Amino acid sequence: MSGFRSAREIAAAVASRETTAVDVLTEHLGRIDEREAEVHAFNLVLRDEALQSARRIDERVAAGEELGPLAGVPIALKDNLCTRGIPTTCSSKILDGWRPPYDATVVSRLAEAGAVFVGKTNLDEFAMGSSTENSAFGPTRNPLDTTRVPGGSSGGSAAAVAAGFAAMSLGSDTGGSIRQPAALCGLVGVKPTYGAVSRLGLVAFASSLDQIGPFTHDVADAALLLEAMAGHDPGDSTSIPQPFPSLDESLNRGVAGLRIGRIVDLPTGADADVVASVDRAFEVLAAAGAEIVDVTIPAFTYGLTAYYLLAPAEASSNLARYDGVRFGSRVEAADTNSMYMATRGEGFGPEVKRRIMLGTYALSAGYYDAYYGKALKVRRLMAQDFAKAYESVDALITPASPSVAFPFGSKTSDPLAMYLCDTYTIPSNLIGHPAMSVPFGSGENDLPIGVQVLAPEMGEPTMFAVAAELERAAGGAHV
Amino acid sequence: MTTGSLKRVSEQIDRRAVERVAKLARLELSDNELDEATTRLAGMLAHFADIDALDLDDVEPMTQPYELVNVMREDTPLDTLDHDEVLAAAPDATDGRFGVPPILGLEL
Repeated sequence: MSGFRSAREIAAAVASRETTAVDVLTEHLGRIDEREAEVHAFNLVLRDEALQSARRIDERVAAGEELGPLAGVPIALKDNLCTRGIPTTCSSKILDGWRPPYDATVVSRLAEAGAVFVGKTNLDEFAMGSSTENSAFGPTRNPLDTTRVPGGSSGGSAAAVAAGFAAMSLGSDTGGSIRQPAALCGLVGVKPTYGAVSRLGLVAFASSLDQIGPFTHDVADAALLLEAMAGHDPGDSTSIPQPFPSLDESLNRGVAGLRIGRIVDLPTGADADVVASVDRAFEVLAAAGAEIVDVTIPAFTYGLTAYYLLAPAEASSNLARYDGVRFGSRVEAADTNSMYMATRGEGFGPEVKRRIMLGTYALSAGYYDAYYGKALKVRRLMAQDFAKAYESVDALITPASPSVAFPFGSKTSDPLAMYLCDTYTIPSNLIGHPAMSVPFGSGENDLPIGVQVLAPEMGEPTMFAVAAELERAAGGAHV
Repeated sequence: MTTGSLKRVSEQIDRRAVERVAKLARLELSDNELDEATTRLAGMLAHFADIDALDLDDVEPMTQPYELVNVMREDTPLDTLDHDEVLAAAPDATDGRFGVPPILGLEL
Protein backbone atom coordinates (compact mmCIF):
# COMPACT_ATOMS: atom_id res chain seq x y z
CA MET A 1 0.00 0.00 0.00
CA SER A 2 2.86 2.37 0.88
CA GLY A 3 4.79 1.60 -2.28
CA PHE A 4 7.93 0.89 -0.26
CA ARG A 5 9.57 -2.51 -0.15
CA SER A 6 8.98 -4.59 2.95
CA ALA A 7 11.88 -5.45 5.24
CA ARG A 8 11.41 -9.13 4.32
CA GLU A 9 11.88 -8.33 0.65
CA ILE A 10 14.95 -6.20 1.40
CA ALA A 11 16.59 -8.88 3.57
CA ALA A 12 15.87 -11.59 0.98
CA ALA A 13 17.19 -9.45 -1.87
CA VAL A 14 20.38 -8.62 0.04
CA ALA A 15 20.97 -12.24 1.04
CA SER A 16 20.43 -13.49 -2.53
CA ARG A 17 22.72 -10.74 -3.93
CA GLU A 18 19.90 -9.40 -6.05
CA THR A 19 20.80 -6.06 -4.49
CA THR A 20 23.38 -4.83 -1.96
CA ALA A 21 22.90 -3.40 1.50
CA VAL A 22 24.76 -0.28 0.31
CA ASP A 23 22.29 0.20 -2.57
CA VAL A 24 19.34 -0.26 -0.23
CA LEU A 25 20.80 2.27 2.18
CA THR A 26 21.59 4.74 -0.61
CA GLU A 27 17.97 4.58 -1.75
CA HIS A 28 16.77 5.39 1.78
CA LEU A 29 19.37 8.14 2.29
CA GLY A 30 18.21 9.61 -1.02
CA ARG A 31 14.68 9.91 0.31
CA ILE A 32 16.07 11.48 3.50
CA ASP A 33 17.92 14.07 1.37
CA GLU A 34 14.72 14.78 -0.48
CA ARG A 35 12.24 15.17 2.37
CA GLU A 36 13.91 15.24 5.79
CA ALA A 37 14.13 19.07 5.87
CA GLU A 38 10.35 19.13 5.58
CA VAL A 39 9.49 16.13 7.80
CA HIS A 40 12.16 16.38 10.55
CA ALA A 41 11.89 12.75 11.57
CA PHE A 42 15.46 12.59 12.89
CA ASN A 43 17.49 14.19 15.64
CA LEU A 44 20.53 12.62 14.01
CA VAL A 45 21.08 10.80 10.70
CA LEU A 46 23.85 8.21 11.04
CA ARG A 47 25.04 8.49 7.44
CA ASP A 48 28.66 7.32 7.88
CA GLU A 49 27.95 4.67 10.50
CA ALA A 50 25.12 3.24 8.38
CA LEU A 51 27.31 3.14 5.29
CA GLN A 52 29.97 1.26 7.27
CA SER A 53 27.45 -1.32 8.55
CA ALA A 54 25.96 -1.76 5.08
CA ARG A 55 29.43 -2.37 3.62
CA ARG A 56 30.15 -4.94 6.31
CA ILE A 57 26.88 -6.74 5.50
CA ASP A 58 27.79 -6.82 1.81
CA GLU A 59 31.25 -8.20 2.64
CA ARG A 60 29.69 -10.94 4.69
CA VAL A 61 27.26 -11.81 1.87
CA ALA A 62 30.21 -11.96 -0.53
CA ALA A 63 32.08 -14.23 1.90
CA GLY A 64 29.10 -16.57 1.94
CA GLU A 65 28.45 -16.03 5.64
CA GLU A 66 25.12 -16.88 7.27
CA LEU A 67 23.18 -13.62 7.77
CA GLY A 68 20.54 -12.61 10.28
CA PRO A 69 16.87 -12.07 9.38
CA LEU A 70 17.32 -8.28 9.11
CA ALA A 71 20.44 -8.29 6.96
CA GLY A 72 20.79 -4.93 5.25
CA VAL A 73 17.44 -3.58 6.49
CA PRO A 74 17.60 0.16 7.29
CA ILE A 75 16.13 0.72 10.75
CA ALA A 76 15.55 3.98 12.65
CA LEU A 77 15.81 4.15 16.46
CA LYS A 78 13.80 6.39 18.74
CA ASP A 79 16.23 8.77 20.39
CA ASN A 80 15.51 7.41 23.87
CA LEU A 81 17.31 4.15 23.06
CA CYS A 82 20.93 4.13 24.17
CA THR A 83 23.54 3.80 21.44
CA ARG A 84 27.14 3.55 22.57
CA GLY A 85 29.17 6.62 21.66
CA ILE A 86 26.28 8.08 19.66
CA PRO A 87 24.30 11.02 21.09
CA THR A 88 21.03 10.01 22.79
CA THR A 89 18.99 13.08 23.68
CA CYS A 90 15.39 12.04 24.43
CA SER A 91 14.70 15.32 22.55
CA SER A 92 15.63 17.16 25.73
CA LYS A 93 18.12 19.96 26.25
CA ILE A 94 19.11 18.32 29.52
CA LEU A 95 20.71 15.38 27.65
CA ASP A 96 22.12 17.43 24.80
CA GLY A 97 25.50 16.03 23.84
CA TRP A 98 25.27 12.91 26.02
CA ARG A 99 26.90 9.82 24.52
CA PRO A 100 25.84 6.64 26.33
CA PRO A 101 28.62 4.25 27.39
CA TYR A 102 26.56 1.20 26.31
CA ASP A 103 24.02 -0.05 23.75
CA ALA A 104 20.42 -0.90 24.63
CA THR A 105 19.80 -4.67 24.45
CA VAL A 106 17.43 -4.18 21.51
CA VAL A 107 20.12 -2.25 19.64
CA SER A 108 22.66 -5.08 20.12
CA ARG A 109 20.08 -7.71 19.14
CA LEU A 110 19.05 -5.93 15.94
CA ALA A 111 22.69 -5.26 15.02
CA GLU A 112 23.31 -8.98 15.48
CA ALA A 113 20.37 -9.68 13.13
CA GLY A 114 22.02 -7.56 10.44
CA ALA A 115 20.14 -4.25 10.84
CA VAL A 116 21.63 -1.02 9.48
CA PHE A 117 20.81 1.90 11.80
CA VAL A 118 20.03 5.02 9.77
CA GLY A 119 19.38 7.46 12.57
CA LYS A 120 17.95 8.52 15.92
CA THR A 121 14.39 9.80 15.66
CA ASN A 122 12.62 12.76 17.22
CA LEU A 123 10.13 12.33 20.07
CA ASP A 124 8.15 14.32 22.57
CA GLU A 125 10.69 15.18 25.26
CA PHE A 126 11.29 12.06 27.39
CA ALA A 127 8.38 10.42 25.48
CA MET A 128 5.82 12.70 27.16
CA GLY A 129 3.25 13.71 24.58
CA SER A 130 0.99 12.54 21.79
CA SER A 131 2.05 14.75 18.86
CA THR A 132 5.88 15.15 18.89
CA GLU A 133 5.26 18.88 19.33
CA ASN A 134 6.99 18.76 22.75
CA SER A 135 10.50 18.18 21.36
CA ALA A 136 13.27 20.59 22.34
CA PHE A 137 14.45 20.32 18.73
CA GLY A 138 11.18 21.24 17.01
CA PRO A 139 8.22 19.16 15.86
CA THR A 140 8.11 16.27 13.37
CA ARG A 141 5.62 16.55 10.50
CA ASN A 142 3.32 13.80 9.28
CA PRO A 143 4.68 12.71 5.86
CA LEU A 144 1.12 11.97 4.67
CA ASP A 145 0.05 15.58 5.33
CA THR A 146 2.73 17.93 6.60
CA THR A 147 0.21 20.36 8.08
CA ARG A 148 -0.61 17.64 10.62
CA VAL A 149 1.16 15.92 13.49
CA PRO A 150 2.54 12.39 13.16
CA GLY A 151 1.26 11.52 16.64
CA GLY A 152 3.56 10.83 19.56
CA SER A 153 5.55 10.36 21.44
CA SER A 154 7.36 8.17 18.87
CA GLY A 155 6.38 10.56 16.05
CA GLY A 156 9.84 10.61 14.49
CA SER A 157 10.00 6.82 14.29
CA ALA A 158 6.55 6.70 12.67
CA ALA A 159 7.36 9.50 10.22
CA ALA A 160 10.70 7.88 9.26
CA VAL A 161 8.94 4.70 8.14
CA ALA A 162 5.96 6.46 6.55
CA ALA A 163 8.33 8.66 4.50
CA GLY A 164 10.50 5.72 3.43
CA PHE A 165 13.57 6.98 5.34
CA ALA A 166 13.84 3.57 7.02
CA ALA A 167 12.14 0.25 6.29
CA MET A 168 11.17 -0.17 9.93
CA SER A 169 11.78 1.58 13.23
CA LEU A 170 11.66 1.19 16.98
CA GLY A 171 9.56 3.26 19.32
CA SER A 172 8.61 3.04 22.97
CA ASP A 173 5.05 2.89 24.28
CA THR A 174 4.16 3.99 27.82
CA GLY A 175 0.53 4.96 27.22
CA GLY A 176 0.11 4.59 23.44
CA SER A 177 3.29 6.19 22.08
CA ILE A 178 3.74 3.52 19.38
CA ARG A 179 0.13 2.64 18.56
CA GLN A 180 -1.22 6.20 18.22
CA PRO A 181 1.52 7.49 15.85
CA ALA A 182 1.27 4.22 13.87
CA ALA A 183 -2.46 4.89 13.45
CA LEU A 184 -1.86 8.51 12.42
CA CYS A 185 0.85 7.59 9.89
CA GLY A 186 -0.84 4.52 8.37
CA LEU A 187 1.58 1.96 9.86
CA VAL A 188 1.50 -1.16 11.95
CA GLY A 189 2.65 -0.41 15.52
CA VAL A 190 3.01 -2.92 18.34
CA LYS A 191 3.25 -2.59 22.11
CA PRO A 192 4.40 -6.04 23.19
CA THR A 193 3.55 -7.76 26.48
CA TYR A 194 5.31 -6.02 29.38
CA GLY A 195 8.60 -7.85 29.85
CA ALA A 196 8.63 -9.48 26.38
CA VAL A 197 11.25 -7.02 25.14
CA SER A 198 14.16 -5.93 27.32
CA ARG A 199 14.03 -2.35 28.57
CA LEU A 200 17.78 -2.27 29.30
CA GLY A 201 19.04 0.89 27.61
CA LEU A 202 15.61 2.43 27.09
CA VAL A 203 15.73 5.73 28.95
CA ALA A 204 13.06 5.25 31.63
CA PHE A 205 9.87 7.31 31.65
CA ALA A 206 7.50 5.12 33.72
CA SER A 207 9.23 1.82 34.39
CA SER A 208 6.12 -0.26 35.12
CA LEU A 209 4.47 0.86 31.84
CA ASP A 210 7.29 1.32 29.26
CA GLN A 211 7.78 -1.20 26.44
CA ILE A 212 9.82 -1.03 23.23
CA GLY A 213 8.09 -2.08 20.02
CA PRO A 214 8.14 -1.94 16.21
CA PHE A 215 6.77 0.37 13.51
CA THR A 216 6.46 -1.33 10.12
CA HIS A 217 4.57 -1.12 6.85
CA ASP A 218 2.85 -4.45 7.41
CA VAL A 219 1.98 -7.08 9.98
CA ALA A 220 4.52 -9.67 8.79
CA ASP A 221 7.37 -7.15 9.13
CA ALA A 222 6.17 -6.32 12.64
CA ALA A 223 6.33 -10.03 13.52
CA LEU A 224 9.83 -10.28 12.05
CA LEU A 225 11.13 -7.28 13.99
CA LEU A 226 9.44 -8.25 17.24
CA GLU A 227 10.81 -11.79 17.10
CA ALA A 228 14.31 -10.45 16.40
CA MET A 229 14.36 -8.44 19.62
CA ALA A 230 12.04 -10.25 22.07
CA GLY A 231 13.21 -12.79 24.63
CA HIS A 232 14.72 -12.89 28.07
CA ASP A 233 17.49 -10.47 29.01
CA PRO A 234 19.25 -11.05 32.33
CA GLY A 235 20.03 -7.31 32.35
CA ASP A 236 16.37 -6.39 32.85
CA SER A 237 14.87 -7.84 36.03
CA THR A 238 11.33 -7.36 34.67
CA SER A 239 12.16 -9.34 31.51
CA ILE A 240 10.00 -12.47 31.19
CA PRO A 241 12.22 -15.56 31.57
CA GLN A 242 10.10 -17.77 29.23
CA PRO A 243 10.84 -17.85 25.49
CA PHE A 244 8.76 -15.48 23.35
CA PRO A 245 6.09 -17.41 21.39
CA SER A 246 6.63 -17.83 17.64
CA LEU A 247 4.43 -15.73 15.37
CA ASP A 248 5.07 -17.83 12.21
CA GLU A 249 1.76 -19.64 12.36
CA SER A 250 -0.21 -16.49 13.16
CA LEU A 251 0.11 -14.63 9.90
CA ASN A 252 -1.91 -17.12 7.84
CA ARG A 253 -3.98 -18.61 10.61
CA GLY A 254 -7.07 -16.53 9.92
CA VAL A 255 -9.63 -15.87 12.64
CA ALA A 256 -11.95 -18.86 12.24
CA GLY A 257 -13.10 -20.01 15.67
CA LEU A 258 -11.66 -16.99 17.50
CA ARG A 259 -13.91 -15.08 19.87
CA ILE A 260 -13.41 -11.34 19.44
CA GLY A 261 -14.77 -8.95 22.01
CA ARG A 262 -16.63 -5.70 21.50
CA ILE A 263 -16.39 -3.54 24.63
CA VAL A 264 -19.94 -2.21 25.00
CA ASP A 265 -19.06 0.32 27.71
CA LEU A 266 -15.99 1.68 25.89
CA PRO A 267 -15.47 5.42 26.59
CA THR A 268 -17.04 7.56 23.88
CA GLY A 269 -15.23 10.42 22.19
CA ALA A 270 -13.89 8.76 19.04
CA ASP A 271 -14.74 10.55 15.80
CA ALA A 272 -17.51 9.09 13.61
CA ASP A 273 -15.06 8.01 10.87
CA VAL A 274 -13.00 6.07 13.42
CA VAL A 275 -16.07 4.41 14.93
CA ALA A 276 -17.21 3.41 11.43
CA SER A 277 -13.84 1.76 10.70
CA VAL A 278 -13.97 -0.22 13.93
CA ASP A 279 -17.52 -1.33 13.14
CA ARG A 280 -16.38 -2.47 9.72
CA ALA A 281 -13.47 -4.35 11.31
CA PHE A 282 -15.98 -6.37 13.36
CA GLU A 283 -17.97 -7.15 10.19
CA VAL A 284 -14.85 -8.29 8.35
CA LEU A 285 -13.75 -10.50 11.24
CA ALA A 286 -17.21 -12.03 11.59
CA ALA A 287 -17.28 -12.72 7.85
CA ALA A 288 -13.89 -14.45 8.20
CA GLY A 289 -15.29 -16.84 10.78
CA ALA A 290 -14.73 -15.08 14.12
CA GLU A 291 -17.44 -14.96 16.74
CA ILE A 292 -18.09 -11.40 17.95
CA VAL A 293 -18.91 -11.31 21.65
CA ASP A 294 -20.09 -8.30 23.68
CA VAL A 295 -18.12 -7.72 26.90
CA THR A 296 -17.99 -4.99 29.54
CA ILE A 297 -14.86 -3.43 31.05
CA PRO A 298 -16.21 -0.86 33.51
CA ALA A 299 -12.73 0.26 34.63
CA PHE A 300 -11.72 1.23 31.07
CA THR A 301 -13.19 4.71 31.59
CA TYR A 302 -10.94 5.32 34.60
CA GLY A 303 -7.73 4.31 32.80
CA LEU A 304 -6.84 7.85 31.81
CA THR A 305 -6.99 9.11 35.38
CA ALA A 306 -5.04 6.17 36.78
CA TYR A 307 -2.39 6.60 34.09
CA TYR A 308 -2.00 10.36 34.52
CA LEU A 309 -1.41 9.85 38.23
CA LEU A 310 0.86 6.80 37.97
CA ALA A 311 3.00 7.69 34.95
CA PRO A 312 3.96 11.16 36.23
CA ALA A 313 4.64 9.66 39.68
CA GLU A 314 7.07 7.15 38.21
CA ALA A 315 8.52 9.81 35.93
CA SER A 316 9.15 12.24 38.77
CA SER A 317 11.22 9.53 40.42
CA ASN A 318 13.00 8.33 37.24
CA LEU A 319 13.84 11.85 36.10
CA ALA A 320 15.44 12.73 39.44
CA ARG A 321 18.68 11.41 37.92
CA TYR A 322 18.99 14.45 35.65
CA ASP A 323 20.74 16.64 38.16
CA GLY A 324 23.77 17.94 36.27
CA VAL A 325 26.18 15.54 38.00
CA ARG A 326 26.71 12.38 35.95
CA PHE A 327 25.53 13.21 32.44
CA GLY A 328 23.95 15.87 30.28
CA SER A 329 24.01 19.60 30.80
CA ARG A 330 24.68 21.61 33.95
CA VAL A 331 23.91 25.18 34.97
CA GLU A 332 26.67 26.23 37.37
CA ALA A 333 25.65 27.60 40.77
CA ALA A 334 27.26 28.31 44.14
CA ASP A 335 26.10 25.13 45.87
CA THR A 336 24.87 21.69 44.86
CA ASN A 337 21.19 22.23 45.55
CA SER A 338 21.07 25.48 43.59
CA MET A 339 22.93 23.72 40.77
CA TYR A 340 20.31 20.91 40.73
CA MET A 341 17.43 23.37 40.65
CA ALA A 342 18.93 25.64 38.01
CA THR A 343 20.01 22.71 35.80
CA ARG A 344 16.58 21.08 35.91
CA GLY A 345 14.71 24.38 35.56
CA GLU A 346 16.75 25.20 32.45
CA GLY A 347 17.07 21.71 30.95
CA PHE A 348 13.48 20.39 31.05
CA GLY A 349 10.70 21.65 28.76
CA PRO A 350 7.19 22.70 29.90
CA GLU A 351 5.42 19.33 29.55
CA VAL A 352 8.17 17.45 31.39
CA LYS A 353 8.08 20.01 34.20
CA ARG A 354 4.29 19.73 34.34
CA ARG A 355 4.47 15.96 34.75
CA ILE A 356 7.28 16.08 37.29
CA MET A 357 5.20 18.54 39.31
CA LEU A 358 2.06 16.39 39.02
CA GLY A 359 3.99 13.24 39.96
CA THR A 360 5.83 14.84 42.85
CA TYR A 361 2.54 16.18 44.17
CA ALA A 362 0.83 12.78 43.82
CA LEU A 363 3.66 11.15 45.80
CA SER A 364 4.08 13.84 48.47
CA ALA A 365 3.30 13.25 52.12
CA GLY A 366 -0.39 13.69 52.88
CA TYR A 367 -1.50 13.14 49.28
CA TYR A 368 0.02 9.75 48.50
CA ASP A 369 -3.09 7.80 49.53
CA ALA A 370 -5.53 10.12 47.78
CA TYR A 371 -3.69 10.07 44.45
CA TYR A 372 -1.02 7.45 43.91
CA GLY A 373 -2.57 4.85 46.20
CA LYS A 374 -5.99 5.28 44.65
CA ALA A 375 -4.62 5.05 41.11
CA LEU A 376 -2.88 1.77 41.99
CA LYS A 377 -6.23 0.36 43.08
CA VAL A 378 -7.88 1.45 39.84
CA ARG A 379 -5.07 -0.39 38.08
CA ARG A 380 -6.05 -3.56 39.93
CA LEU A 381 -9.70 -3.09 38.93
CA MET A 382 -8.58 -2.72 35.32
CA ALA A 383 -6.65 -6.01 35.47
CA GLN A 384 -9.65 -7.76 37.05
CA ASP A 385 -12.10 -6.41 34.46
CA PHE A 386 -9.87 -7.47 31.56
CA ALA A 387 -9.31 -10.92 33.09
CA LYS A 388 -13.06 -11.36 33.32
CA ALA A 389 -13.55 -10.28 29.69
CA TYR A 390 -10.88 -12.72 28.53
CA GLU A 391 -12.87 -15.56 30.07
CA SER A 392 -15.25 -15.20 27.12
CA VAL A 393 -13.04 -13.76 24.34
CA ASP A 394 -9.57 -14.33 22.83
CA ALA A 395 -8.96 -10.76 21.67
CA LEU A 396 -10.58 -7.32 21.75
CA ILE A 397 -10.97 -4.60 19.13
CA THR A 398 -11.09 -0.83 19.79
CA PRO A 399 -9.98 2.34 18.02
CA ALA A 400 -6.24 3.04 18.41
CA SER A 401 -6.66 6.81 18.33
CA PRO A 402 -9.91 8.77 18.76
CA SER A 403 -9.18 10.72 15.56
CA VAL A 404 -7.04 10.78 12.42
CA ALA A 405 -3.89 12.96 12.42
CA PHE A 406 -4.76 16.43 13.73
CA PRO A 407 -3.35 19.85 12.71
CA PHE A 408 -0.36 21.38 14.50
CA GLY A 409 -1.21 23.46 17.54
CA SER A 410 -4.76 22.18 17.80
CA LYS A 411 -4.22 20.56 21.21
CA THR A 412 -1.09 22.25 22.58
CA SER A 413 -2.88 24.87 24.64
CA ASP A 414 -4.80 22.28 26.65
CA PRO A 415 -2.76 19.37 28.06
CA LEU A 416 -5.96 17.51 29.01
CA ALA A 417 -7.19 17.54 25.41
CA MET A 418 -3.84 16.04 24.38
CA TYR A 419 -4.07 13.38 27.13
CA LEU A 420 -7.43 12.22 25.72
CA CYS A 421 -5.54 10.93 22.64
CA ASP A 422 -4.46 8.04 24.88
CA THR A 423 -7.93 6.98 26.04
CA TYR A 424 -7.98 3.67 24.14
CA THR A 425 -4.30 2.77 24.40
CA ILE A 426 -3.63 3.31 28.11
CA PRO A 427 -5.32 0.24 29.65
CA SER A 428 -2.91 -2.22 27.97
CA ASN A 429 0.06 -0.41 29.53
CA LEU A 430 -1.52 -0.37 32.98
CA ILE A 431 -2.00 -4.13 32.97
CA GLY A 432 0.99 -5.15 30.83
CA HIS A 433 -0.98 -6.75 28.00
CA PRO A 434 0.05 -6.60 24.33
CA ALA A 435 -1.81 -4.39 21.85
CA MET A 436 -1.21 -3.25 18.30
CA SER A 437 -2.56 -0.79 15.79
CA VAL A 438 -3.19 -1.89 12.22
CA PRO A 439 -4.23 0.45 9.38
CA PHE A 440 -7.86 -0.17 8.52
CA GLY A 441 -9.75 2.31 6.40
CA SER A 442 -9.42 6.06 6.14
CA GLY A 443 -11.31 9.08 7.41
CA GLU A 444 -11.24 12.86 7.21
CA ASN A 445 -9.08 14.10 4.27
CA ASP A 446 -8.38 10.47 3.31
CA LEU A 447 -6.07 10.14 6.33
CA PRO A 448 -5.46 6.64 7.71
CA ILE A 449 -7.34 5.12 10.64
CA GLY A 450 -5.82 2.54 12.97
CA VAL A 451 -7.80 -0.27 14.54
CA GLN A 452 -6.38 -1.58 17.82
CA VAL A 453 -6.19 -5.31 18.56
CA LEU A 454 -5.75 -6.25 22.23
CA ALA A 455 -4.86 -9.65 23.67
CA PRO A 456 -4.01 -11.08 27.09
CA GLU A 457 -0.45 -11.44 28.47
CA MET A 458 1.80 -13.20 25.92
CA GLY A 459 -1.21 -13.35 23.58
CA GLU A 460 0.82 -12.00 20.65
CA PRO A 461 0.14 -15.05 18.43
CA THR A 462 -3.64 -14.44 18.58
CA MET A 463 -3.20 -10.69 18.31
CA PHE A 464 -1.10 -11.04 15.14
CA ALA A 465 -3.62 -13.48 13.62
CA VAL A 466 -6.41 -10.92 14.05
CA ALA A 467 -4.23 -8.05 12.78
CA ALA A 468 -3.19 -10.07 9.71
CA GLU A 469 -6.84 -10.78 8.91
CA LEU A 470 -7.72 -7.09 9.14
CA GLU A 471 -4.75 -6.27 6.92
CA ARG A 472 -5.86 -8.80 4.29
CA ALA A 473 -9.35 -7.34 4.34
CA ALA A 474 -7.99 -3.80 4.02
CA GLY A 475 -5.81 -4.89 1.12
CA GLY A 476 -2.76 -3.50 2.86
CA ALA A 477 -0.43 -6.48 3.07
CA HIS A 478 2.76 -6.52 1.11
CA VAL A 479 3.21 -9.48 -1.22
CA MET B 1 -5.26 2.53 53.52
CA THR B 2 -7.57 5.51 53.56
CA THR B 3 -8.69 6.96 50.30
CA GLY B 4 -9.51 10.64 50.53
CA SER B 5 -11.49 12.55 47.96
CA LEU B 6 -9.51 13.88 45.01
CA LYS B 7 -12.01 16.65 44.49
CA ARG B 8 -11.48 17.99 48.00
CA VAL B 9 -7.70 17.78 47.70
CA SER B 10 -7.67 19.46 44.30
CA GLU B 11 -9.51 22.42 45.80
CA GLN B 12 -6.69 22.93 48.30
CA ILE B 13 -4.03 23.60 45.69
CA ASP B 14 -2.63 27.08 45.93
CA ARG B 15 0.53 28.85 44.91
CA ARG B 16 2.28 28.06 48.21
CA ALA B 17 1.62 24.33 47.83
CA VAL B 18 2.96 24.46 44.28
CA GLU B 19 6.13 26.26 45.39
CA ARG B 20 6.68 23.53 47.97
CA VAL B 21 6.25 20.80 45.33
CA ALA B 22 8.68 22.57 42.97
CA LYS B 23 11.25 22.61 45.78
CA LEU B 24 10.71 18.92 46.47
CA ALA B 25 11.14 18.21 42.74
CA ARG B 26 14.31 20.37 42.62
CA LEU B 27 12.83 22.47 39.83
CA GLU B 28 13.59 26.17 39.58
CA LEU B 29 10.41 27.66 38.16
CA SER B 30 9.80 31.26 37.13
CA ASP B 31 6.86 33.26 38.55
CA ASN B 32 4.94 32.62 35.35
CA GLU B 33 5.66 28.91 35.50
CA LEU B 34 4.50 28.76 39.11
CA ASP B 35 1.25 30.54 38.21
CA GLU B 36 0.68 28.21 35.27
CA ALA B 37 1.46 25.14 37.38
CA THR B 38 -1.04 26.24 40.06
CA THR B 39 -3.89 26.56 37.56
CA ARG B 40 -2.96 23.44 35.62
CA LEU B 41 -2.43 21.18 38.63
CA ALA B 42 -5.76 22.15 40.15
CA GLY B 43 -7.51 21.67 36.80
CA MET B 44 -5.98 18.27 36.15
CA LEU B 45 -6.59 16.95 39.63
CA ALA B 46 -10.20 18.13 39.47
CA HIS B 47 -10.58 16.23 36.20
CA PHE B 48 -9.06 13.13 37.78
CA ALA B 49 -11.65 13.27 40.56
CA ASP B 50 -13.74 10.91 38.40
CA ILE B 51 -12.26 8.03 40.39
CA ASP B 52 -13.85 9.41 43.56
CA ALA B 53 -16.96 7.60 42.31
CA LEU B 54 -15.30 4.19 42.76
CA ASP B 55 -15.47 2.14 45.92
CA LEU B 56 -11.85 1.11 46.33
CA ASP B 57 -11.71 0.25 50.03
CA ASP B 58 -11.27 -3.49 49.52
CA VAL B 59 -9.12 -3.34 46.41
CA GLU B 60 -5.46 -4.31 46.63
CA PRO B 61 -3.08 -1.77 45.04
CA MET B 62 -1.23 -3.00 41.93
CA THR B 63 2.23 -1.55 41.41
CA GLN B 64 3.42 -3.68 38.48
CA PRO B 65 1.74 -5.58 35.64
CA TYR B 66 2.97 -8.87 37.13
CA GLU B 67 3.92 -9.83 40.64
CA LEU B 68 7.62 -9.21 40.93
CA VAL B 69 10.01 -11.39 42.82
CA ASN B 70 13.64 -10.62 43.58
CA VAL B 71 15.70 -11.56 40.57
CA MET B 72 19.23 -12.66 41.43
CA ARG B 73 22.14 -13.75 39.28
CA GLU B 74 25.18 -15.85 40.06
CA ASP B 75 27.67 -13.91 42.14
CA THR B 76 30.35 -13.87 39.47
CA PRO B 77 32.14 -10.76 38.24
CA LEU B 78 31.04 -9.39 34.86
CA ASP B 79 32.46 -6.62 32.71
CA THR B 80 31.46 -3.19 33.93
CA LEU B 81 31.18 0.10 32.09
CA ASP B 82 34.46 1.75 31.18
CA HIS B 83 35.40 4.21 33.95
CA ASP B 84 36.82 6.87 31.62
CA GLU B 85 33.92 6.58 29.16
CA VAL B 86 31.42 7.11 31.99
CA LEU B 87 33.29 10.11 33.40
CA ALA B 88 33.66 11.60 29.94
CA ALA B 89 29.87 12.00 29.83
CA ALA B 90 29.80 14.06 33.05
CA PRO B 91 29.68 17.88 33.01
CA ASP B 92 32.63 17.94 35.42
CA ALA B 93 35.08 15.23 36.46
CA THR B 94 38.20 15.65 38.57
CA ASP B 95 40.70 13.05 39.81
CA GLY B 96 38.64 10.18 38.39
CA ARG B 97 35.47 11.33 40.17
CA PHE B 98 32.34 13.33 39.37
CA GLY B 99 32.86 17.00 40.24
CA VAL B 100 30.17 18.98 42.06
CA PRO B 101 29.91 22.42 43.66
CA PRO B 102 30.09 22.64 47.49
CA ILE B 103 27.23 20.91 49.23
CA LEU B 104 27.29 23.52 52.00
CA GLY B 105 24.43 25.95 51.83
CA LEU B 106 22.05 23.09 51.08
CA GLU B 107 18.64 24.43 51.92
CA LEU B 108 15.67 22.08 52.06
